Amino acid sequence: MTKEIKVEKIKEGTVIDHISSGQALNVLRILGIAKDYPTTAVTVAMNVPSKKGGRKDIVKIEGRELKSDEVGKISLISPNATINIIRGGAVFRKKKVTLPERIEGVVRCSNPNCISNSEPVRTRFAVERKEPIKLRCFYCERVMVRSDITRQF
Amino acid sequence: MGKTVFAGRDIISIRDLEKEEIEHILRKAEEMEKGPAPLLRGRTLGLLFFEPSTRTRLSFEVAMKKLGGEVIGFSDARLTSVAKGESLIDTIKTVESYADMIVIRHIREGAARLAAEVSEKPIINAGDGPNQHPTQTLLDLFTIKKALGRLDIKVTLVGDLKYGRTVHSLVYALAMFDATISLVSPKGLEMPSEVLEDLKAMGAAIETSNELDISDTQALYVTRIQKERFPDPEEYEKVKGTYKITLGTLEGARKDLIILHPLPRVDEVSPEIDGTPYARYFDQVANGVPVRMAVLGLVAGVL
Repeated sequence: MTKEIKVEKIKEGTVIDHISSGQALNVLRILGIAKDYPTTAVTVAMNVPSKKGGRKDIVKIEGRELKSDEVGKISLISPNATINIIRGGAVFRKKKVTLPERIEGVVRCSNPNCISNSEPVRTRFAVERKEPIKLRCFYCERVMVRSDITRQF
Repeated sequence: MGKTVFAGRDIISIRDLEKEEIEHILRKAEEMEKGPAPLLRGRTLGLLFFEPSTRTRLSFEVAMKKLGGEVIGFSDARLTSVAKGESLIDTIKTVESYADMIVIRHIREGAARLAAEVSEKPIINAGDGPNQHPTQTLLDLFTIKKALGRLDIKVTLVGDLKYGRTVHSLVYALAMFDATISLVSPKGLEMPSEVLEDLKAMGAAIETSNELDISDTQALYVTRIQKERFPDPEEYEKVKGTYKITLGTLEGARKDLIILHPLPRVDEVSPEIDGTPYARYFDQVANGVPVRMAVLGLVAGVL
């Protein structure tokens, strides 16, 4: 018997594929799906075998096309994810996530003594290195790595 | 280097300054030493000290006055609306309508950067938590240059390298000037790995150790180890003794060794050192004035 993954196809919306294994729920959190889109139909597959080898997570979001700033956010926790925009049941556009040069407002600084954690400001980080990710806080100059980021979601 | 390079600029982190810019500030400090002029007459400096300070606050005040300017501000935030819960942002917006330049010391890292973002007037960071203290670094460099004539020397930094902001500022500058940097600290108070990574990326020559060996060092930079950093008081007592600089420690030291300390000291440098030619920490204190005069004059666009 061939093993088949039963994940329903969507007609309109976004498929986020090749999410780093175990990060699907963080992707949902970073996109604010539960909070901002409470009626959106979402399918999540975790730890499924990837054709590229290893395992991956997949998130399908019905009826919503991700905007480019949202795609940037995903790159913070899953640098190799791909975004497929689906229209009329077919892939309309496919792209890899890319990490922007600057991250604003998505994550907070992991340094509890940073001024950005006590004043009403939008956080800002420079992306100093993409893989493995290294962010530097614009305010306190401290560095954040992937574990500091994923811990927040 | 023209006047425009510094006029209106914020001085937040030593990392924002190029080597040539640092050299320029040090040259201007030398000029200031020769005799001040009333270049800042009619201008007001705001001194916002949310955290205690003796030397930094007083030397900024003296520097401004020597240049003919006025000083306003506070050295205890409890006596201001901050005690009523006013945000830093609102405090800065208020002070910038009274002052032409603002010096800020704050317990939180990044406070000066935020102030600079909010304020139209130049902001000078006088210490933001354990992060940066750029004018201290400038006066440290000025002191070394004055004593030894150069900055590409072997410097040993000893003490609390984890939380000490002066060392965090200083090592970046030393790396820029091709100094050989030796970092000596007790276990648990080592230089943060991210700083080491930055320094290595700059191509700096660095060695780290838990043992103090000063045999070939030219400048020994001592910092205070704070008791509250240790969970175990006994461990503190042990460590404290290890790094205490006495006349005995200096046996075998180079004759031209200089000992620096950002002060305040508790007992990490024995007072018996004070009368020796090694002791340069009170020179640092004095050098704070011309260096801060240079910074104020440059930022104000008059130098």
